[in-house]
Amino acid sequence: MAEPMGFFTDVSVCIGCKACEVACKQWNQLPANNGGVVELTGNSYDNTGTLDGTTWRHVRFVEDFDDRSQGRWLMFSDVCKHCVHAGCLEVCPTGAIFRTEFDTVVIQADICNGCRACIPACPFDVIDINPVNNTAMKCTLCYDRMQAGMIPACAQACPTESIKFGPVAELREESEVRLAELQRQGVSDASIYGREDMLGGLNAFFLIIGPPEWYGLPKEPQLPSSRSLNGEGILGAISAVVAVVLGAISFRNLGPLRRKEAAERNQAHEDSQSQVEGSV
Amino acid sequence: MGRGAATTYAEDLSRSDCIVIQGSNMAENHPVAFRWVIEARRRGATVISIDPRFTRTSAMANIYAPIRPGADIAFLGGLISYVIENDLYFRDYVVNYTNAATIINEDFEDTEDLDGIFSGIFEFEGDPINGFEYEYETDTWQYEGFPTTRAGRQADTEEAGEAGGNDNGDEDDENGSDAEAGEYQEDAPDGPPYDDLIEYIRPDGMPTEDETLEHERSVFQIIRRHFSRYTPEMVERITGCPRDKFLEVAEALTSNSGPDRTSAFCYAVAWTQHTKGVQMIGCAALLQMLLGNIGRPGGGIVALRGHATIQGSTDVPTLYHSIHGYMDHPSALKPHESIKNYLVNDAQPTGYWANMPKFLVSYMKSMYGDNATEDNDFGWDWHPKITGDFSHMASMVRMARGEIEGFFCMGQNPATSLNGRFERAAMRNLKWLVVKDLFETESAAFWYAAPEVQNGEISPEEIDTEVFFIPSAAVGEMDGSFTNTQRWVQWHEKSADPPGDCRSDEWFTHQLALRLKRMYEDSDDPHDEGFKALLWDFDYDEGEYPEDTRIQGIPDTEKILKEINGYWTDDPATHLTGFDELQDDGSTTCASWIYCGVFPHPDENKTRNREADPVGTRGSHQGWGFSWPANRRILYNRASADPDGNPWSEEKRWIWWDEDDERWVGYDVPDFDDEKHPDTPADPEGIGTDAHSGSDPFIMMADGKGWLYTPSGMVDGPLPTHYEAAEAPIRNPLYSQDKNPITKYWRTEGNELIQHGDENYPYVVTTYRLTEHHLSGVMTRWLPWLTELQPEMFIELSEELAQMKGIQNTGWVRVTTPRGSIRVKALVTRRLQPMVVDNQIVHTVGMPFHWGYMGVVTGEAANDLTAMVGDPNVAIHEAKAFMCNIEADDD
Repeated sequence: MAEPMGFFTDVSVCIGCKACEVACKQWNQLPANNGGVVELTGNSYDNTGTLDGTTWRHVRFVEDFDDRSQGRWLMFSDVCKHCVHAGCLEVCPTGAIFRTEFDTVVIQADICNGCRACIPACPFDVIDINPVNNTAMKCTLCYDRMQAGMIPACAQACPTESIKFGPVAELREESEVRLAELQRQGVSDASIYGREDMLGGLNAFFLIIGPPEWYGLPKEPQLPSSRSLNGEGILGAISAVVAVVLGAISFRNLGPLRRKEAAERNQAHEDSQSQVEGSV
Repeated sequence: MGRGAATTYAEDLSRSDCIVIQGSNMAENHPVAFRWVIEARRRGATVISIDPRFTRTSAMANIYAPIRPGADIAFLGGLISYVIENDLYFRDYVVNYTNAATIINEDFEDTEDLDGIFSGIFEFEGDPINGFEYEYETDTWQYEGFPTTRAGRQADTEEAGEAGGNDNGDEDDENGSDAEAGEYQEDAPDGPPYDDLIEYIRPDGMPTEDETLEHERSVFQIIRRHFSRYTPEMVERITGCPRDKFLEVAEALTSNSGPDRTSAFCYAVAWTQHTKGVQMIGCAALLQMLLGNIGRPGGGIVALRGHATIQGSTDVPTLYHSIHGYMDHPSALKPHESIKNYLVNDAQPTGYWANMPKFLVSYMKSMYGDNATEDNDFGWDWHPKITGDFSHMASMVRMARGEIEGFFCMGQNPATSLNGRFERAAMRNLKWLVVKDLFETESAAFWYAAPEVQNGEISPEEIDTEVFFIPSAAVGEMDGSFTNTQRWVQWHEKSADPPGDCRSDEWFTHQLALRLKRMYEDSDDPHDEGFKALLWDFDYDEGEYPEDTRIQGIPDTEKILKEINGYWTDDPATHLTGFDELQDDGSTTCASWIYCGVFPHPDENKTRNREADPVGTRGSHQGWGFSWPANRRILYNRASADPDGNPWSEEKRWIWWDEDDERWVGYDVPDFDDEKHPDTPADPEGIGTDAHSGSDPFIMMADGKGWLYTPSGMVDGPLPTHYEAAEAPIRNPLYSQDKNPITKYWRTEGNELIQHGDENYPYVVTTYRLTEHHLSGVMTRWLPWLTELQPEMFIELSEELAQMKGIQNTGWVRVTTPRGSIRVKALVTRRLQPMVVDNQIVHTVGMPFHWGYMGVVTGEAANDLTAMVGDPNVAIHEAKAFMCNIEADDD
C-alpha cells in the first residue's frame, strides 16, 4: 500500500467561502439540492445543512457571540473522515465499500445495491443516498484524481489552505505545530479532532475551536462492531436491521436538532427496509 | 501619491506586521488575495477588521472594531490625531518624503476656521445635470509661491487678480464653470516639440518649506489643527466604536509601523460608495504616509479591485472623464481648443507628468494613425470633447428626461444596480436598448418582468423601447488580457468556442466598428470626419486567422495589445519597449502610455509570462505577467530606502542605492530614475523630474512629495473631513456643516432623500456582497451550485432590533425608503449590534445586493432602495450608508 493520505482541515483559517463545496460538486458532477432552489435556513450562512449523498463537503457556521466583545464566527468544512476503523466498511454487505491503496475509504457506485446499511453505521452521519442513482455516496477523497497524482478538488480550491491534503503522518505533525501555535496565541479551546486514539485515527482530521458538539461531531464516536454483540461478518439483511437500531443509539448523544434529523432518517431506513429484505 | 491603483500587490501583505481591513470585506469578496492576509497572520501579524457587521473577514481578525456606516473619516481622523499628538509619526519619512513641511497660501482657511467648509466655496452655476449645488475655487488651497494648477500659474504670471472670473482651474472639474485661459494660453509657445511650452508653464522656484514642521502654515501644523478635535472620545461619539477598541487599533497600528515594521490598509467599494468616498481613501493615504508605510514592503494601501478587470477598465478606460493612461478627457468646457491649449491647462511642468505631450500625441496617433499629422494638430478637432457629467447617474437622469435614444448595456445591470425603479423608468424612454450578457439580465427583461410590470402599474404595450439581447461569450471562450487588482496584466487563452450565437465583447465591438466605418464611408458631413479618420486595423493578417474556431470575424487581440503598447510609426514591426521612448512629434504611437513595455517585441507578449520567484525568496515575480508601470510591483519604492539610499532596516529592505554600481538595485524595478544619486539636489528651474531631488520618491507629483494635503485634484477639499452621509441618523457633531457641501445629487422625482430627523426612516442600512454571489447576480444566480449556497434575498439585523420589531428569523420583512420598498427574509444574528452614537441608540441593518427578478433563484433588489446621490470626485452612489424603515411582513 502507498503511504496513507488524508486531509487536515483547520477551522482557525477557514473563511467559509464554500469553494470546497462547489469544487467538490463540480468535479464529482453532483447535483445541487432541488436544482439550487431552496429556502433560506436562517442558520447563519449555512444553506446546504448537512453532508449527504450529493454534498460531500459541507461548511458549517458557528456563531459564538454570547459575549459580543469576544465574539467568534467559526467555519468548519466537514467531510468524510476516512476512518482507519471504518464503520461503513464493516457493515457493507456487498463489498461496495473498500479501503484503497491510499488508506482511504471509497464506495463503488456500480457495486452498491443501495441497502443503506452504511448510513447508520457511520458515527459521523456522513453517508446518504444519492437520489440520482439511488446508491450510497460520500467523499472519495477524489480517488480518481489521486490515482492521476492530483490534489483533491476541495483542497485545490481552498484559498487559505484551510484544507490541507497530504501524507497523514506529515499532516499530523503539521497539525500539532499549528495547535501549539494557536495555544500560544491564547486560543485555549483549540484541539485536534481525530487523532490515532479515535477509531484508529481519522485520515481526514480537524483542528477545531470549541467543543466538538458545535460542529456536529460526536465526542466519542463508536463503531458498529463495538456496539454489536454479533461482531463482524454479518449478512446484509441482518446488518440493515441492526444498523437501524445502532443508528438510533449513535445519534443519542447529539443535540436536539440532530436527534430530529436522526429520527427522520430512521423513519426513512424503516421505509426502505422492506425493499432491502425483498432484494435479498 | 500619483497613480490610480493599489500601491502594492497582494502577496506583499504576507510581509506586513499589521493589516487594517476597513471599507472592505476582503475574506468574502477577495478570498484568493486574502490568503496572504492569512499567511501574515500565521507569521504573527495583527489583522484588524473595522466594519459595521462582524463579517467573514472579522472572523479571521485579531481585532474587530465595530463602526457606524459612513463614519470612517472620523475613525481615521482619530488615528491621525493620535499619531500626531503622541509623536508616533515616522519623522524622517514625513519630513523628507511628504509635503508636511510645505507652506500653504496665507489665504487658506480650514474647516476649523469656517465651521466645516474650506475657503473658496461658491454657488454652482453650471448645468444642473452635473448634480452640484456648490463648488470650490482651489486658488487659496495652493502652496505658497508654487501653484499646482493652470489657473494658479496663470494668476502668478499675470500677477494675482487679473485672471478673473470663476477661474478655479481644477483638473478634475467637469462641471461647466471653467473660464477662459485667455492671453496666458495664447502666449504659450506651440509645438511639437513641446519642451518650450512646458518651460513656459513652469512656476518659478520650488515650494517653500519648513523642515522643523513648526511653521503655523506648514501642512503638518494645518493637519494637526484640522484633526485636533478627532479625539478618542469624539471617535466613540461619532462612530459608535468603544474608545478602548479604538485605542487598541491605534496601539496595534502604530507599534507595527516604523523603520523595522510596516502596516498595510486594504479597502474596496465600502470606501468608495459614499458622498465622501475619495476623501475616505485619501484619509487612509494621509495616515499611511505619516506612519511611513508607503513604498515599502508590507506597507501600502491595497485598493481591492480585480473583478472583471476593473483596474484595466480605468487604465484603458471606460470612464467618461478620462482618456487612456489617466489623462483628462478633452472637454468643451475647458480651454482645450487645441493640443497646445490642452497641455497649457493640463500638463504638470514638474514631475513625470511633464512628459504629457509625448503621452498625448502618441495617444492621438493611436486613435487616428497616419491621418494624425502635425498639420492637423494630430487630429485634435476629430476627438470627441465632453460637455459635462456623463457618469452613470447623470446619464440615467438624462435618459429619464428623454434625452437619450439608445443604450448599449454591456457588463452592467442598471435595472437593479441603483435606484432600480428610477433607472427602469428611465430605460422605458429609450428607443432602443442593446444588452449583451451571459444570461437574460434584469435589464434585458425590464419591459416584461420588472416588479412594476408584474404588479400591473405598467404594461409592456406601453413601453416602446426595442430591446436587443446579444448573448455573450464567457472569459474562457476568448483570448485577451485581464488586469487584476495589483496592476498585473495577464493573458488568458480561449479554451473553447462559445456556444451558439454567443460572441465576445471584442468580436461585437470590432464588428460594430467595421459596420459603422462602412456606413460613414461616403459621408460628406464634417461631423463624421472623425469616425472616418479613426484607425481601426485589428483584423488578422492574411493566413493568420486561427484554425481552432468556427467563428468568423474575431479581431486579433494581440493587435489591440500592440496598439496599447505602441510602436514606431515609420516601422510598425518595432514595438516600443518602454514609455521613456515616447515622442511628441508623431514618430511614436501608443494608446495607453502606462502599459508601454507590456509587448516590447512582436514575439514577446509579457502578459503571457508565467515564471514565479521560488517560494521563500524575496522577490517581486518580475517574470510573471506585466505590472504597470514598467513592471514595478511596489509603487513609490524609492521610499523603501532612507534619504541617503540605504534600506530603513534589514527586515524591510526592498530597493537601495548601490554605490559601486552607481544605480538603484533591489528586488523590484525602481520606481525612480535608476541612475539618479540620492544626493542629487532639486533643480529649482528644472522641468520634469529634474525639479525633484534624489530623495523625492513620488515622481508623478509636481513636488516629488507624497501629498498629506492636496492643493489640487480633489473637488471637495484639500483635507478629509468628517461629514454625515446624505441620509444619517445624527447631525454632524464636529461642525454645523452637516454633510459634504460638494455632493452630487439629482433633485428629481423618484430620487427623494430622507431628511434628518424623519422618524419614518429610523434605521441605518448598508449594502454589500457575499462570497457566494457576484454583483447583481447575473453570473451567479443562474448557477445551481451557487444558488443553493445563498438561495434567498435577506436582511441581516440584530436580535435586539428583531425583538423590538417583532421580526422572526427567516420571517418576512418589508424594507422601505422614499425610492422603493422591498420584501425580504430576515436573518437575525448577534453579529450585528445596536450602537450608542451621539448619546442615542442606532440600529444598523445590512442587505446583499445580489438579487433580482431573473435567474434560477430570484428575490427583490436592495438597489430598489438606494438614491442617486454620491461622491463629487468620481460620481459613485452612496450605497454603504443610508436610512430606511423595516417592518415585519409575514403572510
